[in-house]
Amino acid sequence: MSRYLLNKFLFTVDRDPALVERYRSEPIELLAWWEGTVANSLLNSHTGEASTWLAFTAEERAALAAHDHVKLFELGAHPFLTLTLFIALFERDNTEPLEYQKAYGAKLAHLSLPYPDIAT
Amino acid sequence: MASIVAVIASTHHPFYYRASTATGDDRPPFADEWTRKILAFRETLTRAKPDVLVMVGSDHFHQLWLDNMPQFLVGKAPMYDANWYNEEREFGLPRMRLNGHEDLSAHILRAGLDEGFDLAFSNELRIDHSITCPIITLRPEADLPIVPIYTNIFAPPLPQPSRFVKLGEAIRRIIEQWPSHLRVAVIGTGHLSLELGGPRQFGPHGPDPEFDRRAVEWIATGDLDGCLRAVSLDSLHAPGNATHGFMDFMLMMGVAGAGAKADYVDTLDLFHTMEAYFTWYPNGAPA
Repeated sequence: MSRYLLNKFLFTVDRDPALVERYRSEPIELLAWWEGTVANSLLNSHTGEASTWLAFTAEERAALAAHDHVKLFELGAHPFLTLTLFIALFERDNTEPLEYQKAYGAKLAHLSLPYPDIAT
Repeated sequence: MASIVAVIASTHHPFYYRASTATGDDRPPFADEWTRKILAFRETLTRAKPDVLVMVGSDHFHQLWLDNMPQFLVGKAPMYDANWYNEEREFGLPRMRLNGHEDLSAHILRAGLDEGFDLAFSNELRIDHSITCPIITLRPEADLPIVPIYTNIFAPPLPQPSRFVKLGEAIRRIIEQWPSHLRVAVIGTGHLSLELGGPRQFGPHGPDPEFDRRAVEWIATGDLDGCLRAVSLDSLHAPGNATHGFMDFMLMMGVAGAGAKADYVDTLDLFHTMEAYFTWYPNGAPA
């Protein structure tokens, strides 16, 4: 379980307009690129330093590749990060205000308290 | 010594800016009432004639990240750029720049450390909508220097609710000991019941109207004992998965003081969340 790395993916993609577009249109390719170049980068450091141990599980990789926000919630990804990025990906397809946001919640309707732990 | 001329606690709703500036078919039906309430709330700060604003909020994973996460952080910089690309994208918030008040920042950091709060600091802080929303609602001229104080209500493990209250009480004492003639307003924003990214989000009301009713009562009456008895890190999951932002209201109750009844109370029941606005005048209401 690498909740931190899930969050790191959501965080770094969400803050970069070009990555948001790549994740929308080519999620599998973007994810492979990200794992190869960003996953182990130390965000607040120069490029000469990197971590050596961060990796997704197969389940986490599949959830990200499939834009599966329900699975990400179940895996304990931070719900604010997931929501913010997924609104950026899909709100543009709305035909009425808040359509995507409401559908996003409805897909989680089977979940009850306590929600999955999000502590990292 | 400095005087605290107003203590203000509020929700911060990132949709207010867009709703209040929208026209024609884009203007939501609740925008007029919301704007009226905000203008009345704004007047409670204007009347106090503040010189400097201490702003309590919480970074939403913008600059503060899980590789280096402070629990409480005080900005100490001459300027603060404000609002981020994803807030522009989702909420239509404008880029802003606010002046800092480094002398008060330094005083709060020194005195806070000496009181037992191991405050982190930042000399280059880009602030987000938890602080710019109340600037937009309460002081849209954005002409007063600020001291931003960030709390962690977002990335567990979180400090206990009682710690937020104690920090608020300390901030009150510390500002009142600041050797300055300036008039200080302390403004903090948080949430009532709120769900983000979960099954109860974006409903017709906040996810837990009964929690909201009790919360407004605690804040309006200064019932810190009742609030602390009812609220724990575990209990805050029940009203909604982002309700830990209520601890910023508890911090502000600490600034206002136990038993201090708010001089101004207003609420607005909106989709997704309830808005709530409170003002205290520690030295009596201004004429």
